[in-house]
Amino acid sequence: MNSSDNIIEISNLNFSREERVIYDNINLKVPRGKVTAIMGPSGIGKTTLLRLIGGQLKPSQGQIKFDGEDLVQSSRKELYQIRRKMGMLFQSGALFTEMNVFDNVAFPIREHTQLPESLIRKVVLMKLEAVGLRGAAQLFPSELSGGMARRAALARSIALDPELIMYDEPFAGQDPISMGVIVRLIRELNDALGLSSIVVSHDVEEVLSIADYVYIVANKTVIAHGTPEQLRQEKSEQIVQFMQGRPDGPVPFHFPSEDYQKELFNHAD
Amino acid sequence: MNSKKIELLVGSFLLAGIAAILMLGLKVADSQMGGNSQSYELTAKFDNVGGLKVRSAIKVGGVVVGRVSSISLDSDFSPKVTMEIDSNFNQFPDSSSVAILTSGLLGEQFIGLTPGFVDEETEILTDGGVIEDTRSAMVLEDLIGQFLYGNSDD
Amino acid sequence: MLIKSVANLGRSGLSYIAGAGRAGSLLFGALKPAGRGLKLLPLLIKQLYIVGVQSLIIIVVSGLFIGMVLSLQGYTILVGYGAEQSLGQMVALSLLRELGPVVSALLFAGRAGSALTAEIGLMKATEQLSSLEMMAIDPLHQIVAPRFWAGVISLPLLAAIFSAVGIMGGHLVGVDWLGVDTGAFWSVMQASVEWQEDVVNGAIKSVIFAIVVTWIALHKGYDAVPTSEGISKATTSTVVQSSLAILGLDFVLTALMFG
Repeated sequence: MNSSDNIIEISNLNFSREERVIYDNINLKVPRGKVTAIMGPSGIGKTTLLRLIGGQLKPSQGQIKFDGEDLVQSSRKELYQIRRKMGMLFQSGALFTEMNVFDNVAFPIREHTQLPESLIRKVVLMKLEAVGLRGAAQLFPSELSGGMARRAALARSIALDPELIMYDEPFAGQDPISMGVIVRLIRELNDALGLSSIVVSHDVEEVLSIADYVYIVANKTVIAHGTPEQLRQEKSEQIVQFMQGRPDGPVPFHFPSEDYQKELFNHAD
Repeated sequence: MNSKKIELLVGSFLLAGIAAILMLGLKVADSQMGGNSQSYELTAKFDNVGGLKVRSAIKVGGVVVGRVSSISLDSDFSPKVTMEIDSNFNQFPDSSSVAILTSGLLGEQFIGLTPGFVDEETEILTDGGVIEDTRSAMVLEDLIGQFLYGNSDD
Repeated sequence: MLIKSVANLGRSGLSYIAGAGRAGSLLFGALKPAGRGLKLLPLLIKQLYIVGVQSLIIIVVSGLFIGMVLSLQGYTILVGYGAEQSLGQMVALSLLRELGPVVSALLFAGRAGSALTAEIGLMKATEQLSSLEMMAIDPLHQIVAPRFWAGVISLPLLAAIFSAVGIMGGHLVGVDWLGVDTGAFWSVMQASVEWQEDVVNGAIKSVIFAIVVTWIALHKGYDAVPTSEGISKATTSTVVQSSLAILGLDFVLTALMFG
């Protein structure tokens, strides 16, 4: 793969929070125009990875390149320029609670462009139509269901036509219908708008159904990567356990503890 | 809540705040708002200014006509008081006298100005004028002394 | 044991200093001009409404009652010396020098400061701040700066309203109820209250309190642990720390101004 085919290239990334190492030597590439998924058990800092790509956190070591520009070396000002080419869908949606859906979507356009209000209205309605919420333009975030809020937030993150869009746990806590809607939207937006997408999730089936390429992250590093078909063939116990959702395996059911019988009967006091 | 209504309420709030400041300035402190009224200065020398302070009132028959602007010690070690008099009261002849008085038994000290007679030889006091005829502050200790040992030395 | 407690002391001292550093950079980042003056104005108006207008009722009611109580207490003391004519002076000076700036700042910390902390903490918890950053909009300019200015503008105005209403409350009780002569009430007040010495110094106090309270509230919200427990702790700590800061600073300022 030639470097210009990748929108994100992460090499030798190390990141630790206080004394806890979160990532140890991660290498990861996100191809342009594809849906790339990052999967892994909860609690391994998948959201942290997105924040690193967004430049909100700085790694302790390594390189993160967006479109050939190194985010780690960028100044704050350059970073703000680069972020205009990125969109991010947060787990909670992160809609601004004091604005209605229309103003939420219009917000980044009003902030970053000098477009006349009539044009902004057209753009906003187009974005809302794409996520099927044109009719909800005047509702406030508190009046939306979780799935609708996430779709409205999606419309906002594509408002400025970014080159890359990142989804943080887009399927978490959704009913099957909203889940289906979001799965379809991720795929369709990616293909129709010529975006590149990164989906961070632990919902194996949904992710495998839309991703072009999958990374599995565990134990602070990438333990496997490949197309969904390749991963399904994977024999490694750790991956099989994760993909099939088995309760016990290399990741044990029991939290590390002393011997059960010993603790029960040799209670010294 | 639409934005017009919010703007209106915020505007009224700002106006109410400014009105309160104006009320405190004009009605409560009754100030001349930092010297935009015209005044002129007179000086007078006393033997003793007692508890007189800068900003103490200068009254004519109980009406405030000005305030003390500074108190300093002259080259001959007698206290010199500079008074700022409102220009509305600019008809005092140079035969006028000033005395340091006390309002009530324990009250604030102020300067009482008594306008003098007018004849051909007197002039009207203008900016920088000096009042020669002064009477010093009563000092309680001196009064008690006079009362105890008094009548003898007069 | 001893070593452990010394280590704990050192650690909390260090984290306190680090917090102060973050608070400083928060204010610096918010006040750094970003060339978006016109876009700031509607945000400022909205915050003036939330921070200022919505605090108005508590300020007016408290000011009225405090003025009335002052008048009532002052009258019973002063009448013993036959000095009830000085009631106006007592009410006005206590309000202008101390009670106006201090009590309105304490009320402001409880009403507006805690609300600011909770709001910003909630924005952090619901990822609204991160999402602004990802939209390439600096939350310090968009969220923190308008709230800071709204606080700094509102509190001195609220303190002035507090004092003015308090004096009217004092007049109500002293003159209309207890029968002090209205002319004496105002003239003794006017003779003793100085614009520079009392009104301006009181205003300087409330500007300083405004900066401190708003700053603490914004910092606590921005620095809150983004969980419901973290936000409630941050809100409490805003009220506690602002109140202590107000009272401590009041002593220092009084000593400098009137000492």
